[in-house]
Amino acid sequence: MAHAHAQASAHSHAHVHEHKKRYTGIMDWLTTVDHKKIGILYLGAGLVFFLIAGLEAVFVRLQLMYPMNNVLSAQQFNEMITMHGTTMLFLAALPILYGFFNFIVPLQIGARDVAFPFLNSLGFWTFVFGGILLNLGFFTGSLPDAGWTAYPPLSTMYSPGEGMDLYSIGLQLSGIGTLLGGINFIVTIVNMRAPGMTMMRMPLFTWTCFVMSILIVFAFSAFAVGLLMLTFDRIFGGNFFNPTTGGNVILWQHIFWIFGHPEVYILILPAFGILSEVIPTFSRKRLFGYTSMVFATAIIGFLGFMVWAHHMFTVGMGAVANTLFSIATMLIAVPTGIKIFNWIFTMWKGQITFNTANLFATGFIPSFTMGGVTGVMLAIAAADYQFQDSYFVVAHFHYVIVGGTVHGIFAAFFYWFPKMFGRKLNETLGKIMFWLFLIGFHMTFFVQHWLGLIGMPRRVYTYLDGQPGWNEMNFVSSVGALLMSVAVILLLINVIITMRKPADAEGDAWGDGRTLEWAIASPPPEYNFKQVPLVRGLDPWWLEKRAGRKEMTPAEPVGPIHMPNGSILPLIMSIGLFIAGLGIMYSQTIVAVLGFGVLIVCMVIRSLVDDPGYHIDPEELDSKGVKA
Amino acid sequence: MVNRWMKRLVPFMAMMLFLLTGCDYELAGVLSPKGPVAERQLELILLSLGVMILVLIVVFVLFFTVIVRFRRKPGQDEIPEQIEGNHKLEVTWTVIPILLLTILAIPMVVVTFNLEDEAQAFETEDALLIKVTGKQFWWEFEYPAQGIVTAQEVYIPVGEKVVFQLTASDVQHSFWVPELGGKKDTNVGNRNINYLYLEAEYPGVYKGKCAELCGQGHALMDFKVHAVERAEFDAWVKNMLTPATVTADVEKGAELFDNTCLTCHAVDPGQLSVGPNLNGFADRAYIGGFIENNADNLAQWIKDPLSMKPGVTMPGFQNSLTEEEINEIVKYLQSLN
Repeated sequence: MAHAHAQASAHSHAHVHEHKKRYTGIMDWLTTVDHKKIGILYLGAGLVFFLIAGLEAVFVRLQLMYPMNNVLSAQQFNEMITMHGTTMLFLAALPILYGFFNFIVPLQIGARDVAFPFLNSLGFWTFVFGGILLNLGFFTGSLPDAGWTAYPPLSTMYSPGEGMDLYSIGLQLSGIGTLLGGINFIVTIVNMRAPGMTMMRMPLFTWTCFVMSILIVFAFSAFAVGLLMLTFDRIFGGNFFNPTTGGNVILWQHIFWIFGHPEVYILILPAFGILSEVIPTFSRKRLFGYTSMVFATAIIGFLGFMVWAHHMFTVGMGAVANTLFSIATMLIAVPTGIKIFNWIFTMWKGQITFNTANLFATGFIPSFTMGGVTGVMLAIAAADYQFQDSYFVVAHFHYVIVGGTVHGIFAAFFYWFPKMFGRKLNETLGKIMFWLFLIGFHMTFFVQHWLGLIGMPRRVYTYLDGQPGWNEMNFVSSVGALLMSVAVILLLINVIITMRKPADAEGDAWGDGRTLEWAIASPPPEYNFKQVPLVRGLDPWWLEKRAGRKEMTPAEPVGPIHMPNGSILPLIMSIGLFIAGLGIMYSQTIVAVLGFGVLIVCMVIRSLVDDPGYHIDPEELDSKGVKA
Repeated sequence: MVNRWMKRLVPFMAMMLFLLTGCDYELAGVLSPKGPVAERQLELILLSLGVMILVLIVVFVLFFTVIVRFRRKPGQDEIPEQIEGNHKLEVTWTVIPILLLTILAIPMVVVTFNLEDEAQAFETEDALLIKVTGKQFWWEFEYPAQGIVTAQEVYIPVGEKVVFQLTASDVQHSFWVPELGGKKDTNVGNRNINYLYLEAEYPGVYKGKCAELCGQGHALMDFKVHAVERAEFDAWVKNMLTPATVTADVEKGAELFDNTCLTCHAVDPGQLSVGPNLNGFADRAYIGGFIENNADNLAQWIKDPLSMKPGVTMPGFQNSLTEEEINEIVKYLQSLN
């Protein structure tokens, strides 16, 4: 960035302003390339999908509340579980985490934006339109129904209607968005760190973003290929997974899980990162064992790619493969255990404040550990023959995803809300929400361990009456789900109430902030840092505060700041892809060509028309007019 | 193999664990093994559960100690010591988990290999081989040595090794009898054929389930395993091989059945068919794997099977057959013993 200044100072004032394109209102949000605004967009869109997927889960639990219940038909039930799983993983959890990454990571490394702001916007809009495409089935009447795992031939020859086409093309689109985001984060973290911010001084949240992005690039590429093959099989008469013409259905299972297992770590690593920020802040202590935390993160990321076949122990790979994948899976418990103990010892001899953010962060530890230990149990191949595809598995992965990722997300939401919106969420409502959610969560999922052990397979739309324990435990589970829903409604009310209050949060909103984002105003100005800060160690803002300073030591003089222009092109490109997707789905070649045409025209415009961006002048920096 | 003390300890521990949930139900499923395979798997489960509960206790004690002892007290404003880490502690919680995992890994390897070996044993040893084909949404059982084909209810002799050869004809299913042992998938396309060794120690009827999402009828794709003494098993085989005599009062039904139902079904002992082979249907406890086998239910099933089990491929006959004709067929089916 610094190199632009000299050149910019040579320009006259008026000349600089000629290039400045600032939209307001809705157009501002549609065209923004500001990482903070895109972060908020990700959060908002993720939240909407989270509510939809949560509602789908409520329907699933209502259907299973009583034996032989009739809330949903078998077909509707299969559609609900498929949409619940797919939406939660691809359109809710991941985008919400992307929201936090987008907003926080550039601030934490002392950057003014991500490496590719235009790409960032494109990634967001492709994700949104992929999500819309996936959910189109609610309007056309045919939803995906073969489970989020979409095993062929159930997902190909035995799933008539366009439901599974929506799955393959919708996820392809949103997957492109996710991939673009992953690449962007990697480049940003490698290239745009402030002076002094070495890799081993990066906050853990940034580290987990980095490792997660690498996982995304490898895992989502594999998935994109798998989805393409699925699309070919369904729409163009391909035979990849068609057993009658020599295809192999187990090929899909391998492709799916070599993506699907890292996906689990893609979701949990950021939650680890969030904990590693929230717990030190509210214990007023630095993270215990920072180096081992970094290595544990990297090792988990690496091992995450070595264990996919533990989802396939019963498919018949033989004892050698099963035991190898079994041992590899068990190994993941070691770095994960290191993290658990490091968090506990971060709090040891600290001064812990239990506000809502920290309640969710500390509540994560016991809940997630319970999910972790059942993970080790599931890793034991011969025992897994009993667990596989039973409710025990459902209990396990909800313990790690809800007890882990969702707890982490809520902790992050309460923790960074003042940074993002300049207001602290209501603590009383927050604490009620935490306890409701925690109790509801354990009610819903703890009994499911037992349901699995007494023989309840997963993904059953109903169960027969008169099986000892089934009715009672399923009822308890459903009531728990309703409690969790109430907790989420409380969160919405909390957000609405809070947003009506004045934005008066301090820069260092919690008083004990350690990382760079707390060194600047809440919410930060659009250029983030007036002067790029000089980083002198881990927890740079904490260090400066301890040294008695009120702000970061700058690493550059005050000068004009080069900013990228907003652009409507990413939105139009995504709409083009969306139209092309529809065209492919319904085999309308002209529509597909039109859609891709829109995309290509936009790419040509983007390539040929120079967009030098604009500069914010030093005088302007002092006035409050440029706040984001 | 199974130690004597383990044999007693396993059900006891399972019972204790179940008490933890505060329920006084009879143990069922995985927790109530009725054969050596399920027993060994439950031992593994309980061993790992034991180790994991140990881990949980350590984590929980540390966790609750910390969050109680180190809350920030009012007026506590001094800065706590910023501890970077502790090598001894960090090595401890790296090494101990590795040791614990080794304890789990060794029996895991042994049991996984043993089960696989035993499933291959049918080639050399004297084990009963039963071919299983999973279909939307029912199970076909073929006894190649005995020349019997049946569906939904499979008979096995107690105390003898049984090897199930697993395939599927349409989509992926998974063959699971929780009380006898873990599951294996039935793969489509006559490749990746799986062999699953199971054995029943005690006579009884054990519930079997499909464990892999296979479509609308997945939840109700149940079957039953009848474990009977050898003599009873032989008698069943003999009975299955003897065609039921068509008496005068079911002759009409037999004719209707031959003309209408034989397109898909079969009644000859060893004949494979599109729909379930109905030989010995009168002795089956359930229609479609889960509905009580009586005349009313059977008539309803023939009229409109979709109303009883979603996704079944059998068409309803309420429009093509009269009430009377259906009753005749029901009568005939109930004479097939």
